[in-house]
Amino acid sequence: MGTITVPGLPWYSPPRVAHALKQARRYPLIPIFILTFFLVIPAVFAPQVAPYDPLKGSLSKRLKAPAWQEGGSIAYPLGTDKMGRDILSRMIYGARVSLAVSLVAIVVGGLIGTTLGLMSGYFGGRVDALLMRLVDISLSLPTILLALVLVAAVGPSFWTVITVLVVLLWARYARLVRGETLSIKERDFIARARVAGASHTRIMTRYLLPNVVNSLIVLATLQVGYVILLESALSFLGAGLPRPTPAWGLMVADGRELIVTAWWVSMFPGLAIMLTVLALNLLGDWLRDHLDPKLRNV
Amino acid sequence: MSLIVFTLARFSGNPLDVMLPLEATAEDYERVAKHWGLDQPLYVQYGIFIGRALQGDFGMSWKWPGRTAMGLVAERLPATLQLAGFALLISALIALPVGVLSAVKKGTGWDAAAKVIALMGQSLPGFWLGIVLMWIFAVHLGWFPTSGRGGLQYMILPAITLGWFQVAAMMRLVRSSMLEVLDSEFVKLARIKGLAEWKVVWKHCLRNASIAPLTFFAIIAGVLMTGSVVTESVFSWPGTGLLVIDAVRARDFQVVQAVVIVFAGIFIMTNLLVDILYAYLDPRIRLR
Repeated sequence: MGTITVPGLPWYSPPRVAHALKQARRYPLIPIFILTFFLVIPAVFAPQVAPYDPLKGSLSKRLKAPAWQEGGSIAYPLGTDKMGRDILSRMIYGARVSLAVSLVAIVVGGLIGTTLGLMSGYFGGRVDALLMRLVDISLSLPTILLALVLVAAVGPSFWTVITVLVVLLWARYARLVRGETLSIKERDFIARARVAGASHTRIMTRYLLPNVVNSLIVLATLQVGYVILLESALSFLGAGLPRPTPAWGLMVADGRELIVTAWWVSMFPGLAIMLTVLALNLLGDWLRDHLDPKLRNV
Repeated sequence: MSLIVFTLARFSGNPLDVMLPLEATAEDYERVAKHWGLDQPLYVQYGIFIGRALQGDFGMSWKWPGRTAMGLVAERLPATLQLAGFALLISALIALPVGVLSAVKKGTGWDAAAKVIALMGQSLPGFWLGIVLMWIFAVHLGWFPTSGRGGLQYMILPAITLGWFQVAAMMRLVRSSMLEVLDSEFVKLARIKGLAEWKVVWKHCLRNASIAPLTFFAIIAGVLMTGSVVTESVFSWPGTGLLVIDAVRARDFQVVQAVVIVFAGIFIMTNLLVDILYAYLDPRIRLR
């Protein structure tokens, strides 16, 4: 880090504060702030942060309004749902669910897509033709319909959702990695590695992969938001995670028929989805501009 | 496509288990299997399925007895098309002017505002937006009904919900292609000729800049179709989206198959239509 130390001045002096602010401006602080406090901390420390058990409620406390409204109490800051469960606690555990689902789906989808993309671009020929047809098919599938049919077929569960998401995600990675591989493999250092006797596997993992990692990170970041949206939409339709998992999409669905009497049930989880996705999109845009301007159109 | 649908439908376990009551005997099973053709080997079933599907016959619905799957879809399709059309209209009405404005006034407050709208469009979950709109405009202000289908006032909230996501993407596209066109030679010529600025922008530029957004229309058709599943379930809009959810929940795969194939058909048709429109809008393509 290039911090300039001005001798003789304490850290709080105006020039040094101004300099520090200028440095900080270069990073997307607001998205990072939102993500840490609304997604990462709640997700990691859910049992410590959440005031109540997300699955247990008492019927005597059902549909309590949020604290600042009439009938609400500070004990349940965001109110309770129709089973008397604390909305805030469920949202905190919901962050854990969203983060887990999107990370697992993206890692698995990314691994499959990257491997296939590398092989497709590197070997070319029939493997390439076949894989790219698969990619085309996968990209043209009607997302939600496919997910609905798949979930109806095997029943909703964590791994069903992951499977649906992976089926939808891997193709993007495969296409991206293949495209980059095609151009990189023509470069001199690959040819030299071949002359030096490196095996195909070694060339792919040690020489090609490091050169596509930047693009992969950017794509993955941009996709976390998309995946959270998709997962919550699936859960909302009843084709995602099964009840009573505290998933944000499910919570919004729970509040749908209560909209006249208890607006808070679906309002707050929806806000959580919006804020995190917004922050993730901003962060992804920033990363793209800094790591990989090529990706502008992805 | 048809193969995927067929496989998934069969993967989901024996449809007989869903159709028959618990106390059904083995004899019942055999009789019903024969009636639906489920006693044939799978490839024969697939062959029959394709043959019938080509004639628009997807068999009878299981959930709604006495109705054909295709009949159900045909009955619900107008509602979905109406909603999708209206949503498209709304999003185009917002996206075109805002996109053009943000390109013409690049770097000003207009541009920044447009950027914010675009970002929001990509981050708002559609189902939640629907509920919020319902809460504000239907419950509190009482301007529109909460759900169901009727006159124009029933359609406004669902259409906004469905169209919102498209606004963002369309606007970005209009903006970038407008920027490109505004920079070209013929625009400079038109200005030198002394044409009124509004005519330059809204006629000469927009017509040339609308090519890229048009490609996007074909994609939108697909997005709207799948988006209708979410929106229709929020607003209980009696279209194909609601139909397919009910059908999936009841494992009524005849209906699911019919819906998926019809959606695919619509998707292909819009693509064709867009190709034709291209030639009309851009004479350069006709010559090629």
